[in-house]
Amino acid sequence: MISLTVNGAAQSVDADPDTPLLYVLRDELGLNGAKFGCGLGQCGACTVLVDDRPAFSCLLPIAALAGRKVRTIESLGTPDRPGALAAAFEAEQAAQCGYCIAGMIMRAQALLERNNRPTEAELRVSLAPNLCRCGTHMRILRAVRRAAAAMGGGVQESSR
Amino acid sequence: MAGLVLGLIAISVAAVVLAWKPALPPVPPVAAASFDRATVLHGETLARLGNCGTCHTAAGGRPFAGGKAVQTPFGAIFSTNITPDPATGLGRWSLEAFMRAMREGVSRDGSFLYPAFPYDHFRRTTDRDLAALYAFLMTRPPVSTQAAENRLAWPYGYRPLLAGWSFLYVRKEAVDETDRGRYLAEGLAHCGACHTPRDRWGAEVVDRAYDGAWVDGWYAPPLNARSPAIHPWTEEMLFAYLRTGLSPMHAAAAGPMAEVVRELSGVPEADVRALATYFAGLMADAPAATGGKTTTDKQSEADRMHPEGATLFAGACASCHEAGAPMMMQQGRPPLGWGTSLHVDAAHDTLHVIVQGFAPPVGRAGPAMPAFGNDFTDRQLAEIAAYLRARYTDLPPWPNLEQAVSDVRKEGGQ
Amino acid sequence: MNGLTRRSLLAKSGLVVVFASSGAAGAQEPEESANLPGDLDKYPFLDSWIRIDPKGRITVFTGKAELGQGLRTALMQIAADELEVSPASIELIMADTGRTPDEGITAGSHSMQNSGMAILNAAANVRVLLTDAAAWRFASSVDQIELQDGMAYGPGGLRLGYGDLAAGFSLHVMAKPDVPRRSKGRRLIGENVPRVDIPAKVNGGSAYVQDIRAANMLHARVVRGPSDGTQLKPADIDAVAKMPGVEKVVQDGRFMAVLAAKEWHAVKALRRLQAAGWERRDTPLPSIDLCDVIRKSPARDIPIFGYPGPPAPADARIVKARYSRPCLMHGSIGPSCAVALWENGNLIVWTHSQGVSPLRKSLAEFVRLPLERVHCIHVEGSGCYGHNGADDVAADAALAARAVPGRPVRMQWMREQEHGWEPLGSAMVVELQGALGRDGRIAGWRHDVWSNAHNGRPINAGGLLAGAELEPPFAPQKPQPIPMPEGGGDRNANPIYALPNASGTHHFVERAPLRVSALRSLGAHMNVFAIESFMDEMAHAANADPVDFRLIHLQDSRAREVVEAAANRFGWKRRVKGRPGRGYGFGFARYKNLGAYCALAMEIMIEPDSGTIEVRRVVAAVDSGEAVSPDGIRNQIEGAIVQSLSWTQMEAVTFDASHRTSFDWSAYPIVRFPSVPVSIEVNVIDRPGEPFLGTGEAGQGPAAAALANAITDAIGHRLRDMPLTSERIRAALRS
Repeated sequence: MISLTVNGAAQSVDADPDTPLLYVLRDELGLNGAKFGCGLGQCGACTVLVDDRPAFSCLLPIAALAGRKVRTIESLGTPDRPGALAAAFEAEQAAQCGYCIAGMIMRAQALLERNNRPTEAELRVSLAPNLCRCGTHMRILRAVRRAAAAMGGGVQESSR
Repeated sequence: MAGLVLGLIAISVAAVVLAWKPALPPVPPVAAASFDRATVLHGETLARLGNCGTCHTAAGGRPFAGGKAVQTPFGAIFSTNITPDPATGLGRWSLEAFMRAMREGVSRDGSFLYPAFPYDHFRRTTDRDLAALYAFLMTRPPVSTQAAENRLAWPYGYRPLLAGWSFLYVRKEAVDETDRGRYLAEGLAHCGACHTPRDRWGAEVVDRAYDGAWVDGWYAPPLNARSPAIHPWTEEMLFAYLRTGLSPMHAAAAGPMAEVVRELSGVPEADVRALATYFAGLMADAPAATGGKTTTDKQSEADRMHPEGATLFAGACASCHEAGAPMMMQQGRPPLGWGTSLHVDAAHDTLHVIVQGFAPPVGRAGPAMPAFGNDFTDRQLAEIAAYLRARYTDLPPWPNLEQAVSDVRKEGGQ
Repeated sequence: MNGLTRRSLLAKSGLVVVFASSGAAGAQEPEESANLPGDLDKYPFLDSWIRIDPKGRITVFTGKAELGQGLRTALMQIAADELEVSPASIELIMADTGRTPDEGITAGSHSMQNSGMAILNAAANVRVLLTDAAAWRFASSVDQIELQDGMAYGPGGLRLGYGDLAAGFSLHVMAKPDVPRRSKGRRLIGENVPRVDIPAKVNGGSAYVQDIRAANMLHARVVRGPSDGTQLKPADIDAVAKMPGVEKVVQDGRFMAVLAAKEWHAVKALRRLQAAGWERRDTPLPSIDLCDVIRKSPARDIPIFGYPGPPAPADARIVKARYSRPCLMHGSIGPSCAVALWENGNLIVWTHSQGVSPLRKSLAEFVRLPLERVHCIHVEGSGCYGHNGADDVAADAALAARAVPGRPVRMQWMREQEHGWEPLGSAMVVELQGALGRDGRIAGWRHDVWSNAHNGRPINAGGLLAGAELEPPFAPQKPQPIPMPEGGGDRNANPIYALPNASGTHHFVERAPLRVSALRSLGAHMNVFAIESFMDEMAHAANADPVDFRLIHLQDSRAREVVEAAANRFGWKRRVKGRPGRGYGFGFARYKNLGAYCALAMEIMIEPDSGTIEVRRVVAAVDSGEAVSPDGIRNQIEGAIVQSLSWTQMEAVTFDASHRTSFDWSAYPIVRFPSVPVSIEVNVIDRPGEPFLGTGEAGQGPAAAALANAITDAIGHRLRDMPLTSERIRAALRS
């Protein structure tokens, strides 16, 4: 058994220590947010926060996580009480298939926690590790801008 | 310390004698249309071979507008604006002034340039090529930027000292164009600027050419008979590597070398081939070329020696680097043990790649790796590096791995 | 089916599961044509579409699937609007072979046209029946009845719920044609009703087939070579079977899958088997450009269109151009996945296939079960944009599940399997020749298009990847062209412009070096790219403004309005020409000449040293008929533009003699945030009362063409071969 701290709760999971966090979140802890997209650290669908920094959970063995705090989208809110980002994504209808969205929200959460007044260029660069294939990018950007404002900051124009 | 002071005094004396160079008169801005197209295009090739854009472009900045910090043991030097902006760039430089800067390290106004600008190499460039390079730069879109102040430790901010440096280290010699590879490598491409060790005054040590050296926290490996590569660097493999950033028998280009490859991907094949021929010749007597190297994969031994490293590797690295992973089984990417960075004395290059990852060296497609700096603690990174060294080489373990991790995190800004 | 298993599937995944034998009046056999709107024509009984239980709960059925395009919400909106209830009070059942009408494939932007129109008219019929029943019960006339929120109100405070009313009549009656829609004020159609699927998607809820988690479930990985046309070398299967956690290695002919209780164990077993290496099984892939191969291959020539007119005058200027497109990938962000359960000789598959009914038929043949013993239920997956690995992974799951009866099996493809095996969008070549009269008008037009098939969706076991791996194998499906007016390779080859003396031929190339099938918009992406590039080339020859030149050849008034709206909103006439690096481009098409109209204008900047494109501004106008959800339309068009810019600018499937080399996102890059446009504005032109027109594929062609035209405007050279990469722009600038 391996001990993990996920969304503030200590968890003990029956999994090999080399198991990537993604499979433990989904299969052992029943959390749907982090998605399998590539298993190669290329698409960001599996993004979670580890000690407040975004990480590809598909390439992060649980053996590395002793004493570290894992946060997933499930910690940010629920459909009834969505967090700031989820609420902004709903308001902007910022999803098509939606498969990438949980990863997008986690990466945006990491950015806004660090800096809720990023420039537009910083916003785009910070979301660059995450892929969306439906082409929902413009809405995702609008949603993050809206959430930044709701969190007391805002995305600044930058000369691109 | 006494030696340093004496040295400084000596150089200062030389400086007094040598430091005066005349300003060259500003010229009216030259119209871009006055340069012929073929010369400009030739100049572009030379700019790529010389990797000018890499140092003279700040992150996110306009091309050739300068402002990028070049770290030296003496402090940070900011690159200058080499676009044809009249006020802040080269707009009022004559060809004569440009050629003097490229060959003697003297700015148009007569002040000396820091040798981070490798004029000790550039001086080995023909008049014709310098004129083409000038034509190329003078036809770029002008960008107005204020140059940042260099941040140098005392007394290196005192430019007249540089005259002494120039006097001591920069010798006049005839430009030799007969061997194209040598002409480019020793001249514009300034390969030795990274791969040749420097003395305490920052000058390349002539009799240790291409012995390997440190640059921006990366170790640029030897490119001569001391090459630690596990497989021979043939002309073909060097060509593929310099052109695409991937040698199937070695590894992908990362760090400062990736920038070189990015530029070389846009120059005529013949020039890249000439460089490949030249360096394949320099490495003809390296151990790999003479059959003195073998590859190894001591997985079970490494698993036993470094169980934590083995576990982390299995969960984080194996998805791409183990035998059945798609990169390996489908695409024939080189196994980790074939990369030179595991076979050199310092773990920094290996750690840089793990911490920072890298993007495809050329264009949008190509070998790439995500950054693991956030994923692992210093100790875990050290464990992984130790595991790799134990598994894929027969060399002794790297000493002071945690110090290396700490160096790499600082250099990588993590 | 084991009740416990089913309940646990229900409980854990929140997915509704009803077994095939539990009765499914919706899924009857289709009837003869009765000339009814949409798919109501195939399924004219009202209860195929709508049922109302005695408690007044309304269930609506559609054979179409939610693919992230917002269809679920749009259909609920349509039904709710006509039935005068709130959308939330409707339960919508989608694409379930046990329950819903067989509406074929959710593709071709047909869902609103076929299912939307069917549900709209079925609901209108049901509304009339409810009104009639209320009038009868209240002994009043029908004009005295008002329906609102599930209640019928009559004179003197009389009221009855829909449940009470519906209990008194049968919905198993044929729909009547020409039932008028509710005439009083519009409420829901045209409103931006928030999509019902989004809250779960943005809060980590269960939303996808990948999220199904059943008790006793096994995780499976299929084991294959790197890409279509390859096979794995023999591996040490016994050793893998003994690996920790591995429950079973399933083999059937060349098919192989590993099953484990823990997903990571299945992945590790897969990697171990793959380390054995692979070899090419089919003939080597061509060493020359795939477009040239297709251009020169033997082809079946199919006339597309022919418009009469006098031959072009002798002094007409002849313009010729050849355009090409490489193979493109769907590139779903989530690799394909399916969950299958084999129990008591029945097979249930939860799948994100776009066509549950054809899949069911194919699977029945594949596992040799009678049709009634196979049940396919659609559950959303990652966006598919056409025929990706969804059907194939369902077959893989079925074979794996057959080896462990009673245990649900979740089969998940790996990233490199999706990249390596998914059917691609065909490489294509278009050659155009036009004659420009001295009056500045087009006096002749010739369109030739060469393409592999765009339609490899399974209709039998031979259409499934694993069908070829069994021993004996199923014969592969024969590639077929799709007839016009929809068309496959020739989709949108028929120009919408009024052109005299015009003809076109589709050169259908059956032999495909790489596996191909339907990719969003099929041939329209390429044909519109070519036609709209060529319109600019002709306009340039005529020294005319590209938009004016289009308008003088455009008679369809809705088309003209869309073009004018895009140009006006963009400020086309006011654009400042000739600024260095800056370019403006325009593109227009009506999808299939049957669907939505889309025009767009684009402003780009090109950085000359690197050839990098920055798309600064895109303004689109779209006419999708009556707009059910304007924001849904905008979402689709925005997505189409971004996706098409990615296809057109940077995508190409690569291969060597032995296999596809585009195996992941590093080898097949797609657009990332720093490269998407600075802004996109979509203007919806609403057409109340006009039929709904699907929108999902309307923007791809126009966006591709507008980009090509903007690049030409910026650099003075035309790029005719996709992808329009920065390397090609650099090369053009130096030519």
